Amino acid sequence: MVSEGSTRLAAFDEMLPEVSGLRRPYEAYDRWLKEQDPARLTQKMQDAERVFRKTGITFAVYGEQEASERLIPFDIVPRILSGQEWRRLTQGIEQRVQALNAFLDDIYHRQEILRAGRVPRELIAKNEAFLPEMIGVRPPAGVYTHIIGVDIVRILENEFYVLEDNARTPSGVSYMLENRETMMQLFPELFQKIKVRPVENYPQLLRQSLAAVRPQSAKGAPTIAVLTPGSYNSAYFEHAFLADQMGVQLVEGQDLRVVDGHVAMRTTEGYKQIDVLYRRVDDNFLDPLTFRPDSALGVPGIMDVYRAGNITIANAPGTGIADDKAIYSYMPEIVEFYTGRKAILGNIPTWRCSEPDSLKYVLEHIGELVIKEVHGSGGYGMLVGPAATKKECQEFAKKLQAKPSNYIAQPTLALSTCPILTEKGLSPRHVDLRPYVLVSDRIQIVPGGLTRVALKEGSLVVNSSQGGGTKDTWVLDD
Amino acid sequence: MLLGRTANGLYWMNRYIERAENMARLVDAGLRMALTRTQDASEEWNSVLLSAGSDIAFSQKYQDYTAANVSDFLLRDTSNPSSTMSSIETARNNARMVRTALTRETWESINEAWMSLKRMLARPIDERDLPTVLDAIKRETALIRGSFYGTMLRNEIFDFSQLGTYVERADNTARILDVKYYVLLPSLSWVGSTLDNYQWESILRSVSAHRSYRWVYEADYKPTNIADYLILNVRMPRSLTFCYRFLGEHLKFLADDYGERHACHATAEKIQALLKRGSIKDIFDHGLHEFLAEFIRDNTRLGDEIAQDYRFY
Repeated sequence: MVSEGSTRLAAFDEMLPEVSGLRRPYEAYDRWLKEQDPARLTQKMQDAERVFRKTGITFAVYGEQEASERLIPFDIVPRILSGQEWRRLTQGIEQRVQALNAFLDDIYHRQEILRAGRVPRELIAKNEAFLPEMIGVRPPAGVYTHIIGVDIVRILENEFYVLEDNARTPSGVSYMLENRETMMQLFPELFQKIKVRPVENYPQLLRQSLAAVRPQSAKGAPTIAVLTPGSYNSAYFEHAFLADQMGVQLVEGQDLRVVDGHVAMRTTEGYKQIDVLYRRVDDNFLDPLTFRPDSALGVPGIMDVYRAGNITIANAPGTGIADDKAIYSYMPEIVEFYTGRKAILGNIPTWRCSEPDSLKYVLEHIGELVIKEVHGSGGYGMLVGPAATKKECQEFAKKLQAKPSNYIAQPTLALSTCPILTEKGLSPRHVDLRPYVLVSDRIQIVPGGLTRVALKEGSLVVNSSQGGGTKDTWVLDD
Repeated sequence: MLLGRTANGLYWMNRYIERAENMARLVDAGLRMALTRTQDASEEWNSVLLSAGSDIAFSQKYQDYTAANVSDFLLRDTSNPSSTMSSIETARNNARMVRTALTRETWESINEAWMSLKRMLARPIDERDLPTVLDAIKRETALIRGSFYGTMLRNEIFDFSQLGTYVERADNTARILDVKYYVLLPSLSWVGSTLDNYQWESILRSVSAHRSYRWVYEADYKPTNIADYLILNVRMPRSLTFCYRFLGEHLKFLADDYGERHACHATAEKIQALLKRGSIKDIFDHGLHEFLAEFIRDNTRLGDEIAQDYRFY
């Protein structure tokens, strides 16, 4: 387990950097914090657990035993970004998201980027995330990836990098909303003192955004539904929460069928047409007639309806090709190719182990690098070199040599830190940031996002499955 | 607009909440009989199992009809799909599935009932604790009902929930009566021996009506009055007539809302007419057992028709 180890790297602290002292965005919060009785804060910390558990249970729909697995720890110190920092970030994100959609459109049509030799052809052709069924299909309103959660890390005051583009079905937005709700319940006075930009209209924005990309065949107000794999899925609470907050139906595959060339849901009054489906089911399971025949989670024939332009599927099938880890390393080229400008938000330097020179370098420096599986996620199947034992490195090297194309490597970066409240007071922990982006006829980014924090001192792994927690993320209205 | 699957979830959620409570009530009545009568306790427990529709499953697992075995089987055995524990678990799974249709209060009360009963029924129940456990089950289901009635909008979601409650309740009351119908028949010694009195009280107790009976009728138990109370009384919340009054009402709401009548409407009206037509004397003349058997069949058919007419599957 990589998370067991820890690395001691000099990291940039977003609240209290060693060199310059307290940073501006945190000044008002710091003043408030100093006025607080430590005992009261400790009490609030426990309240947070209770509030979180209660609201968490109300829409997390998990019982005691399950909740202990599912509940992600919450820290009461907010992660604060100034308005200026946020504007810079959003420019970079917008540019990136435009490029992702342009890339998807190109890759499923003329493939000019391949002809231009900027991305190797075999990277697409041999990739499982590339869906040949989508070739020549143009989704309603021309949007492929509608909801994106871009993972961003910070290294220095002005250095942000994109770690991953989650362009398929990014999760976690319910935590963003729930964290803010919890903070407002715990510290109402703080929000009166400090102007924080709101995030709670996300469900409305999502609904408007989905309505805006309805198929042309939809007359009047489109019918929208959220497709969940079912109540045993680990993210079910989020699916139910979003459907509830948007005021749309939460459907399962068993509720849907194709009727007269449209996807329809079985209601107590018969079948009703659906125009826009926000699906939280993977590509493979979407249509047993086209993809996995054993899937009961999807809708037989939905791909035909889709190709006929009679339903919007968000995100579109086949978007996975854009956030694949093997494609990731080409993102700077992709951004430049489609937007004509250098990427505002950089990539983390990445060695593709499929290339012999890179593989050689990676093997020689295995103890310094982070090595990831191309198709892995959730912090599994990766090696954090500096935190691993010699034996672990050797064993990993064998796997790497056996199938080099399965891996990429990146330098071990000192992710920025943000303090958490511990029993002994504030203590820095590494964080990342996932803002949520909505694409329709425009691009909207909710000011904030999900800040994930590695709760273990020194740990760089923020994934909730590996001991990570979350923080409320504030964007100041300045 | 409501998904058929959601309507189905609401219907069964409520049937199982009702069932969880009915099991506790049946065990309660059985326990009382066993305490007050020394002879034939096993006969009484067998009646309880018959009323619960669990006699065959029980006999495959146990030989002895004792309080410990029967209460374990009906309250906590998860291999028995109708036990209180299984019922509350199924109710909660359904609630989880239809989470977006429920108020937060309703969901929390179901979730909390599940958590607390799971804890309470984790280990075999000590005979001395049985009354406390039975009270706790009734209290938890009362809390669910309270938050449900107190917070739910009276729309189609409410209607499908109520259909589940009353179909289950009518079935339960009819079964209790049918298992004991012979003790209600007029017999030569109908003046009522002590033994008969116990039997009659047991019937009333299993629908929690042994006290209210005395407010409505006289202090003495009379078989015709008991049957009248449980079948025809409009005010008694577990009587067949009461159940059908509400089934009829909620089905009518649905027909008005949707502008469409179905087979289930005709069936409910037929049963309502049957209940309205005669006095208890007519029912006895026709044959109590025959009446009840037909009622149980029709009630089951109504449930099937509701599922079909409103596209549960």
